[in-house]
Order: sequence, then structure tokens, then C-alpha cells
Amino acid sequence: MLVTTTPPDGAPASAVGDAPAPEISEEAIGRAVEAALAAAAAAATTAELKQVRIEHTGDASVISRANASIKSLPKDQRASAGKLVGQAKGRVFQAVSARQDELAAAEEEAALASETVDVTLPTDRRPRGARHPLTTLADRIADIFIGMGWEIAEGPEVEAEWFNFDALNFDADHPARQMQDTFYVAGPDGAAGSGQVLRTHTSPVQARALIERGVPLYIACPGTVFRTDELDATHTPVFTQVEGLAIDKGLTMANLVGTLDTLAEALFGGAPITRLRPSYFPFTEPSAEMDFRCFSCDAREGLDHDADPACRVCGGTGWIEMGGCGMVNPAVLRACGVDPEEYQGFAFGLGIERILMLRNGVGDMHDMVEGDVRFSQHYGTEI
Amino acid sequence: MPRIPLTWLADHVDLPTGTSAESVAAALVSVGLEEEAIWPAQVTGPLVVGRVLDLVKEPQKNGKTINWCRVDVGPEHNEELDSPKDPQPGEERPSRGIICGAHNFEPGDLVIVSLPGTVLPGPFPIAARKTYGHVSDGMICSTAELGLGEGIGPETEGIIVVGKGTLAGVEAEPGDDAIALLGLGDEVVEINVTPDRGYAFSMRGVAREYSHATGAAFTDPAERIEGAVGTRGGIPVQLRDESPIRGRAGCSRFVAVEVRGVDPQAASPRWIQQRLAQAGMRPISLIVDVTNYVMLDLGQPLHAYDSHQLVGPIVVRRAHEGEMLETLDDKPRALAPEDLVIADCGGESGDRAIGIAGVMGGASTEVSAETVNVIIEAASFDPVTVARSARRHRLPSEASKRFERGVDPLLPPIAAMRAAQLIVEHGGGEIDHRVTDERVDGAPFLPAPISLAVTDAERVVGVAYTPEQVRGSLETIGCTVEDAGDGELSVTPPAWRPDLTIAEDLVEEIARLVGYDQIPSVLPQAPGGRGLTRAQRARRAARTALAEAGLVEVTSYPFVAPGVLDDLQLPEDDERRRTVRLLNPLAEDEPLLRTDLLQTLLPVARRNLGRGEDALAIFQLAPAFIAREEPTPAPIPGVDAVPAAQELAAIDAALPEQRAQIAAVLAGPRRGATWFGDAGSWDWADAIDAARRVAAASGAEVLVAAAEHAPFHPGRCARLTLADGTVVGHAGELHPRVVKTFGLPARASAMVVAIDALVAAAPAVIAAEAVSTYPVAKEDFAFVVASDVPAAAVEGALLAGIGDVAESVELFDVYTGEQVGEGKKSLAFAVRLRSSEGTLSAEEIRSARERAIAAVDAAVGGVLRA
Repeated sequence: MLVTTTPPDGAPASAVGDAPAPEISEEAIGRAVEAALAAAAAAATTAELKQVRIEHTGDASVISRANASIKSLPKDQRASAGKLVGQAKGRVFQAVSARQDELAAAEEEAALASETVDVTLPTDRRPRGARHPLTTLADRIADIFIGMGWEIAEGPEVEAEWFNFDALNFDADHPARQMQDTFYVAGPDGAAGSGQVLRTHTSPVQARALIERGVPLYIACPGTVFRTDELDATHTPVFTQVEGLAIDKGLTMANLVGTLDTLAEALFGGAPITRLRPSYFPFTEPSAEMDFRCFSCDAREGLDHDADPACRVCGGTGWIEMGGCGMVNPAVLRACGVDPEEYQGFAFGLGIERILMLRNGVGDMHDMVEGDVRFSQHYGTEI
Repeated sequence: MPRIPLTWLADHVDLPTGTSAESVAAALVSVGLEEEAIWPAQVTGPLVVGRVLDLVKEPQKNGKTINWCRVDVGPEHNEELDSPKDPQPGEERPSRGIICGAHNFEPGDLVIVSLPGTVLPGPFPIAARKTYGHVSDGMICSTAELGLGEGIGPETEGIIVVGKGTLAGVEAEPGDDAIALLGLGDEVVEINVTPDRGYAFSMRGVAREYSHATGAAFTDPAERIEGAVGTRGGIPVQLRDESPIRGRAGCSRFVAVEVRGVDPQAASPRWIQQRLAQAGMRPISLIVDVTNYVMLDLGQPLHAYDSHQLVGPIVVRRAHEGEMLETLDDKPRALAPEDLVIADCGGESGDRAIGIAGVMGGASTEVSAETVNVIIEAASFDPVTVARSARRHRLPSEASKRFERGVDPLLPPIAAMRAAQLIVEHGGGEIDHRVTDERVDGAPFLPAPISLAVTDAERVVGVAYTPEQVRGSLETIGCTVEDAGDGELSVTPPAWRPDLTIAEDLVEEIARLVGYDQIPSVLPQAPGGRGLTRAQRARRAARTALAEAGLVEVTSYPFVAPGVLDDLQLPEDDERRRTVRLLNPLAEDEPLLRTDLLQTLLPVARRNLGRGEDALAIFQLAPAFIAREEPTPAPIPGVDAVPAAQELAAIDAALPEQRAQIAAVLAGPRRGATWFGDAGSWDWADAIDAARRVAAASGAEVLVAAAEHAPFHPGRCARLTLADGTVVGHAGELHPRVVKTFGLPARASAMVVAIDALVAAAPAVIAAEAVSTYPVAKEDFAFVVASDVPAAAVEGALLAGIGDVAESVELFDVYTGEQVGEGKKSLAFAVRLRSSEGTLSAEEIRSARERAIAAVDAAVGGVLRA
């Protein structure tokens, strides 16, 4: 509890009754007001202003004492004196109050100024982490499919040969099977014959989904896949793929084109233009290679615009090779328990590393796979 | 992959002169033959024939002698007058002065001159330059300088002389264009052929495809040749395949044509050599070059035997157990009983393998510089037999590449005759009229008719093809199309298209001939999905949670060396020693797959430190692979229908356990030196926190208890378990030996959690809890307990003792020291009490306090600190 040692303003007049009553004239009161206003204006701090207020409006002040003496005036003078003193009092209070606001604002400003910090100092008391751009991109791609009403399916990375090849119409002796550059899992005795491989694509997930979920089926399968390629600037033995599969009644290659167009637009923006070129995959018939129109150079404006010959993204061709696609081979549907007389559909596959290289201008595959934190940190948690 | 010289292509299809390689490549791409490379003309600019008019030999200080030559390069290129400062040798005539260091020529010889402005392979641009005291106004060229290899005869030591060596038999005049003369202006398109289209491994096939793409007129070279006709009396051949693979005879047809009296000295003509070189094959001798040339042209692999070395009859059979064969590349090869071999009756046994069918011939019957009589083999071998042998012997030969993909079964008599004719044309001799054409029953095996509905193409592709487009496309590619009624067609593919077996194959042909660019874009409407699964959402949330806690996501390959198991101090019976091994690892020293994500994350940590990072906070989410206790091969069921449930179950039971893990390594200072003081170092507590954050992000509740678990410090390792006791991970400080092995900063810490197990344990729906608006009461407690009592036990006792009104319990101080005595510690907790039913009275608070104290005393013997 604070103990107040100074009497509050407006204490009873009797406490200071010893000073003579001031003259109540316009001139005298005016002088007192002028003095008060001058003193208020001269006060440089709120503390000084407080003194001014005590001196000029306190019980001992001319105006307070004049006010106190009004009641002793003859009745007929009281009204005019009251008016005179009241107005004087009002002017002084107003001036002091205005000055108080001025000084308080100035003092607050000075106080805040004195607390200025260097906001450019490093503020990261907690270190900042980052996602790897490949997983972020895989998430974005998954979201595109989710947006189309598809689902995301996953499967094992060490996969049975049956799912990786046989179910997908890769004949054991067909050159296509050899071209997959497969890592084989050793059998119990360390020799061949385990019937297992590191999956060479995420297509076995499609076969699993067809068997487990049945049709109609619209799924995308992102995941790590493996080929026996040496690591270099554009190849990695361990990479990420996303494949799409849609099986329903009446799906056609036109639906494949429509889906690829939507994907191209979502990934790279602009007017989606895709191109199919005839190709061969055991699990699709007809098969095609898909190219996306370059999103980087003039070619993106449309087929009637030439590519920039120096374009680093399309190499001046106007097209970016994105991967393989086609209509699912009836043999695959049969192996997965779907009646190809009733259902048909399409599949396609893209390499996520390649998309990241093109989309974000990553120059060297080593950066993507070596786990250098500086590579991830550059992207933060969004790409 | 096949290289297509444009001038060769033009033999079979109408290709206007001046057609660029780019346009040919683009046309081929449009029908599915991808461009692999374009090989430009090797030489551009004024490469001309010149006649050496005079020369003087000028010995040099360096010991060499150079020739200062006056060369007539034709009126168009000659200079009228010599330079007064540097006159050329001999009488002044229109010419050029050229320095040449070679000595295999003399005045009067015609040579090849690259004049200034010529660009030779390299690229090596030619300009006039001052050398050996003269201005050499061009260069006289060798075969090597023109990209033609070593050359033939004396030119291997010097320059090309017209009429000799490479240009034997060639006549020319000074000023003639030598680019055309040497065939150096030909552009070559290299294409990539998909494994279904064997016929595109020939000029014949590529020309046909070019015609499909552009409409240019195509002439089938096979139709220009009258094929050999089998007779009696030819070299006897027996097709004796006693173990066909998958029921198919290894050799269905064997044509043999003999040419007698060939000049063994005869070289193949330059145009053949040139085309072989452009196609990427090395010219060797007339007979070998011709067999290669016909193979490249028509697509039928051929083999030539020296008749004198071969002892008939020829037998085509499977190899004997333990049989050996020295192949053409002079390598001895142990044959497998599944290899199909060509054998004769020569050698000591009288039963000698002389070639692996369709893969490579043997050395014993090889044609040589003495060969006068030659037997040409043109056979139809089974793709599977050839593919397996080529793979087994690692011999992907030009022949095997074609047989694996399928060769036109009508070609053998045509190709054999074409080769025989070319040999006779360029090497003399005559074709023996007795021709062998041995076949198994039913051969040649031609493609079977396919039933196709006229509407099938529209049904699959979504383009309303007209009946004319359907029929026309199929006829264009060589099919015979017959109307089978009811809108059905019976389509018989041509002999060279064994890949066309089902209606969809024909649909592709229709779609690609009409053009894939005609297919419209129609987005299908999926029935609507359920969004990401809970596991997918949880994995995303866990990754983001760790990134937001300051960790950086990285990647690592799953391949590890066996030594990593010891590096991580794993006990002998640890399940993480049950590794999955690769048969063909990329690096021989890393043949295993990780059994724990830390095995590949720790090396990534080391790599980052090696690259200058002072500290690390990294994580990865990826599977670890643990072999089955008793590994079994995964069965390979048939593909005619979906495998039975137990077969599918057997497949999955054979695969290793593949556990999605999220792991982190934390080491070194959290921050470098900062203006706000020391931020401390990453330690065991951060590692446990990271694991807890992952659990929280997954929605699972985990319990933490002390454990001893490699590769962690035995006194600083937490085991994370689910409520049912399932262990889901470990976290803490790494064992100092592990820290040392991986070169990490002291006190490096780590965690590894099985994220899918967490997700499985998380509640699908979190039930709501009402928020009490009654006031909170705050009570502090400090308990003295034995120093080995876990804080979690005290906290648990507090919560249990107080009961429902305990809103939260936070440990805020741990004290050891004199005031609590040896072997003891003081744990101080801030407890918030709140009731959902009303304001707690002083009595209720006191009662809660007493319950808390009693409970801690009962549970761990804790005494409230005075």
C-alpha cells in the first residue's frame, strides 16, 4: 500500500485559508491565467507539468483561492465572478491537459526510441529444417491426382518377379525383360532363383491394386524404383516414379491424353499440350511415349510457336520427354482377375527426378541423391 | 541400335536428294522409331582430287624430310600464278603449293586434298598456314584424317592415292569432289528400336516405316531377289532338337547355299565397306562383309563356313553336357545343355560344335584368307533359345539381337541367295545349284490370322476411324485383311511382323498410321476417391513435424556393406543381421540392403560433415528390409488368370519384411556462435523429442523407457513402445564407438521409429474432451527419490494419485547434490489442478496434494522435499 504524502487537489479550502483572498477582476484573473498558460507551455517534462498544475490549479493557486472567495462576495457579484473564475479555471485545465498529452506522447516516443533494436540481427534462435524437394514434389503430384478423385496406392520395394514382370506381360525370355536393368535378390543359397527383384517400376503396385481393390480403379502409385544404372549427372540407380492407372468401362486413349494434359498443366502451368509417339511396353497396347510441350521457352505458347534453339529445358525441340504410357494390355487385366471384355483403361509413368530437374533447374543428379543438407535447405518446406 | 545411312535408305524408298537427316528422323519418330542420334556428314567444304605435278624433298633440322609439292586441284581451285615470295617446285603452272610429310606417292599420282575451308572430322578446320618455310595452301589427306580408319596397304603409312588401297579401282580427275568419291557426305540417323519390332533392325524394315510415315514409294528389296530353292544334293543338314524350349523347335528352317571358287584375295567393294562403316560395323573380308551387309539390308543374320573346314552333315542340336566351343572371338566357351549348337562331323569326336545357333560361329570353320569355297547359312532360330544363349554367354551379337526380336521366316532363301550373288559378283566363283532348305514340320511358321472387330480401334483409342482407315492401315503395313462377316475382320499379319498377335496390336498399328496426333483430349471422370490414407497423411505430417523442429530431410541409397552390421555393434542374434542380398549389386562391396535406416543415414551424416558441416540434424523416411527367418523363393504363378489367394499369400510371405522407418541423426552445436549466446548442442534429449514428435504427428501415444539397444549408448537410450508393449523405435545418444566409426561429433544422437506401426496404433477418431472454465489451482511439489528412479514413474504416480482433477504435470527441475544426499535426486513438478464440476475448495486441493504425496511414496518411495 502506497502512502500518499501530498494532499490531493481540491482538498477543503480551510486547509489553506491563511492566504489573503485574491482580487476577482478580469485583469487579475487574466494575469493568473496567462501565468498558468505560460508555465504550462514552458514545462518540458510531465514531472514539471505536474508542478505547474499544483501551482496554478492547486488550492493555493490564485484561481482556486479566487474561486473559494466567491461565496463571500455580495450576491449580485457572485454570478459574474463565478463565470469569470470558472472560465479561467477551464482554460487553465484545458491548457495543462493538452500539454500533458503532448509531453506524454513525446516522452513515450523517446522511451520507445531508446529501446530500438537492430532487427537485421539473426533471429533464428531455433535452427530451421527443410523437406527434401523430391518428397515435396511427390506430395504435390499426389495432390493433383487426389484432386481428380484418384487414390494413392503403395507397395513393396523388394517385389516378387511375378508382380514386377509376369503379371505385367513381360515374358521371361522377352528382350523387354532384359532391358529393365534389374537388381535381382539372391536366393537363400546366395544364388539366383529367389523370384524377387528390386522393383524396376511402380507398375507392380498397379497389379496389386487391381487384384486387391478390383475395378473400377483410378490410382496413382508414387515410389522408389531401382535400375542397375551407374550414378551420373542424369541417371541414378535409385529413383522415384509416379505411375497412374485408370481401369473402367469405356476408357479410351483419348482419356489418357486428357489425363496427361491435366497433369502437365498442374505441374508446369500454361496451356497443356502433350504429344504421344508410338512405342512399345509389354504391359500396354497400344503404347506411346509421352512428351510435354516445353514450359520454359516460346514453345509453351503453342504448336505454332518455335522453340528457342538454346532452351535448356527442351534442348530446342519444343518437347520434353516425360515417360511411357498406353492402354493396358488385356493380358495384364486377365492376370489381375479383370475381364478385358468388360473393362479397359490406361496407364502411364513419369520420373519425379526428371520433373524436378526440369521444373526447378537442378543441374546434376548427384545433388538430388547424395543427401547433402544444403540441397534440401535451399528449398525449405515448399518448392 | 541401328544406324541408317540416308543413301542406303534411298535404295529402298523414294528419298528426294537433299532430304535432311532431321526430317528423316522426325518422320521415323512419328511411326515409333525413336531418334537416338544424328551422325552428320564427316567432311564438309572443298575436299577435292589433286594431281601431284612436282615435288621436292626438303630435309629438316628435326631429322624429318618433307615434300614441297605443286598440286593441280582443278581449274576451279587452282591459283594461276605462284607467290613470288614462295615459288612452288617445277615449272610454273596453275596449281596450289602444299607441304606433305608422307612418302607413299610420287609426281603424277592423284591424291585427296583438303583445301582451305574444308572441315575434317574432329572437327578440324583446314586453313592456309606457314610451315617448314612455305605456305601450305591445303593438306593432302590420309585415311585417318578423313575418319576412314587405318587404310589398306601402303596408305596405312601415308596418304590416300587414288586407284590404290581405299580407292583401288577408282578413276578421277583433278578437281573432282572427293567427299562424294569417298562417301564422306552421307548423313546417318541412328534409331532406337523397341524390342517388339525386330524388322526395324534392317534397312528393309526402316524404309518400309519411312514409307508409312511419309507416303514415299517403297520397294521391298526382298522382292527383287529370286530366292534359293531347295534341291537334293546340297550339304546335308539335320534338325535334331531333342529338348525344345517351351515346346518350340530351336531351329525351324536351315538354308545352306555354297559358293565355290571364290578369289580369296578379293576385297569387298568400297561401297560395301563404306556402308558397313556408316552402319557402325568394321569391314573385314569380302565374305564376312557380304554376310553382314545382307543382314543389315534385309534383317536376316547369316553365317559363312569355310567348306574345307566343315565335315558334313551339319547337325543342329542342343549342346552336350560339358561340351566346349571356341567362338569367333577366340574365346573358349563352356556350353550349357540348353544352348542350341550347329555341329558337324569334324574334330576328333566326329561330333563337333561349330557355332552357337544365332549367336556366334566357331573358330574351327571360320572363313579365312585362304577360303575358296564357302557355305552360307541362313536359318530361322527360335527367339527364346537365342535370347537365353546370348544372355548366358554374355554375347549380345548382331545376329542374336535380331533373332531375339524375331526374323521374317521367309527370308532365309532370299538372304542366302543375295549373299551368294554378291560374293560371286565381287570375288568370282559360282553358286552351287544344289541348295539345302531343311525345315521342321509346318515351317516356315507364319503369323496366325487375328480376329478384329471393325469398331475395335475406335473402342480402344476413342477416334471414329472409318472402315477404310482400319482396313487401309492394316494393308499398308502388309497385312492381308478379309471380311469375316458381322463387322469382324480376319487379319493375317505379314511374315516380318511376328509381334502382331492380338487385336490390340492391330489397333496400335491403325492408331499410329492414322496418327497419334488425331487422338482428342478427354479428361475421364473418376468415381471420386477417399483422399490420402491415414498412413499417407501421417507420413507427411511426420516429415513436416521434423522439418519444423529444425531437421533437414535427406535421401540415401539402401545399399550397404556387410561391415556396417559390426560398425553398428549389432549383437550376433539381432534380427537386423537377417539381411537381403542382391545377386548383382552395383558395387561389389555393398551387396546388402539396409536392415535399419540408420545404416545408410549415418554415412550421409559423415558425408555432410566431410563437406564442411559442423553439425547435423537430418532425417529420412524410407523402408528397411529384414529377410525372413527361413527365406523361400517367391513362387511365379501363371498369368492366364489371377493367381489363387494362397499363391498370392505365398508370394507375400516370401518377400522380406519391409518396414517404413523414419530415422534422424542429430549431432554437434544446434547453432554456430551467436550474438544471443550458446544455443547448446543436439543431444539425446533432442533425439527422443524427435521420436516423440513423430509419434505426435502420427496421432499415436508412446511410452518411453530406458533400454539397451545397439547402436545406442547403453545408458542413454530410450525405447518407445505402444500401450500394448509393441516396440516402435529407439532414440538417444549413439554408442561412443559408433560415433567414432562414423566420425561424428561427440555425443551424436539418433532415433529410428517404425512409422507405420505408430499409424496403426493411432486412434481413427480422437474423442473430444470438454474444456473446464472453473479456475485453476497451481501446486508445486519436489520429491527426493533414488537417483535411478525414472522421472516418468514419479510423474505417472502423481497423475494417478491426484486423479481426475490433475490437469497437467510438468517437471521443472532436477537437482542432485549435497542437499539431497548421495544416490538421491530431487524432482520438482508444477501441477495444475482443475475440476470440470466446480471451483476446487481449499479442502479438495489439500486432499489432492495428500493423495499425490501418498501415491509417489507408494510407487517409488519418493519423499516430499521439505
